[in-house]
Amino acid sequence: MDRERCVGAGMCVLAEATVFDQDEGDGTVLLLDPTPAVERRAGVREAAAVCPSGAVTLLDG
Amino acid sequence: MHHTTTMPTGRPTGCPFDPPAELAALRDEQPLRPLLYPDGHVGWLATGHAAIRAVLADPRFSSRPELAHFPLPREGFDGEMPPVPPGMFINADAPEHTRYRGLLTGRFTVRRMRLLSARVEEVTVEHLDAMERRGPSTDLVTAFAQPIPALMICELLGAPYADRDFFLEHTATFNDHEATAERQAESMAAFGGFLHDLVLAKRARPTDDLLSDLTETDLTDEELANVAFLLLGAGLDTTANMIALGTLALFTNPDQIALLRADPDRAVEELLRYLSIAHTGVRVALADVELDGHLIKAGQTVTISLEAGNRDPAKFPDPDRLDLSRHAAGHLSFGHGIHQCLGQQLARVEMRVALPALFERFPTLRPTVAPRDVPLRSDVDILGVQRLPVTWDVP
Repeated sequence: MDRERCVGAGMCVLAEATVFDQDEGDGTVLLLDPTPAVERRAGVREAAAVCPSGAVTLLDG
Repeated sequence: MHHTTTMPTGRPTGCPFDPPAELAALRDEQPLRPLLYPDGHVGWLATGHAAIRAVLADPRFSSRPELAHFPLPREGFDGEMPPVPPGMFINADAPEHTRYRGLLTGRFTVRRMRLLSARVEEVTVEHLDAMERRGPSTDLVTAFAQPIPALMICELLGAPYADRDFFLEHTATFNDHEATAERQAESMAAFGGFLHDLVLAKRARPTDDLLSDLTETDLTDEELANVAFLLLGAGLDTTANMIALGTLALFTNPDQIALLRADPDRAVEELLRYLSIAHTGVRVALADVELDGHLIKAGQTVTISLEAGNRDPAKFPDPDRLDLSRHAAGHLSFGHGIHQCLGQQLARVEMRVALPALFERFPTLRPTVAPRDVPLRSDVDILGVQRLPVTWDVP
């Protein structure tokens, strides 16, 4: 998560609301679940793909 | 040697939702290609989904209009844009843009905008009730599509809704390619003066709204008036067009109305993709950039055809078909990169509430003129319809 790059568009929350949230103050991305379950992975991949500012990066593991 | 083209214009007759036909051919041949601008500049045209995303995500491309060449001639426009005044962050690059946007993003989050759903529902019901009371025919633009987003942005920002006709008149002028530079300047002065007074009023007597809260920041009066200008303009002349044009699209694709009801969130994304009302943008290379095997030189303008990108078959199979059951995530209708629409979550809430409610209330809703005769807004920055005369059966 790169909160410096984040522009608070909220695309990640739309893609996978169980993993991503937005800060109440500045609207930037918050990671709710750093190791999402397998059934969440498609949503997480979509979040990374649609993020307008490249603030979401997936790590293998 | 690449073949240089000029910007295609003109929508195919009888297909009000389709981009100029030539754009698809250009995209399928070469998604990033040289473009000859009306002032003689040779820049680029991006029509492919991937190429557009790459440009919009790259900080080496600027949004400053005073550096740009424009792909279509505008009435009375001599080609020189003045530098953008402070606060017009849509036309600013990082770090200036970052500062303004950072003050606003917390106010437009998914959660905050979804909390407004109840208020959007209330406003929608009020306008549906008024339509029903006044009887079985109306112009859907003025009775429904315009007032709902107008009321929401006025309340959110703290601008007087009673002045909405004044706001709407001026935002329409800014978006109109046929408005002369002189008329645009007059409009800007009148609207700007109004907003400057509003800022002073909020400073003197703060109320419970975004503009009052922004007077607590270090923004100057001029910056505040310009931020208010952007938010109000963006709130007034965008979603209204999506609601009206979206309704027309559903009239011409009646089999899709059930899908709208079944999954409004999914349906709204597809309407956004298919209609691409904010159809074109420009960026300027600040440095030499290699992209797609081409060299974009510093100083060259790239025209971004969002509507062509949204119909790119490499991204969306059978792209010219409106399919409300499609997963349309990744469309470019709110842009991409650091300027991606700040108000997009508000727009989504407004559309996902208003559109299904309209067809729920009036199951027999239909246009009173043939869809091909509905007067469209052409030659504008944001597509839409001028009027949408509708009727319905009274039970």
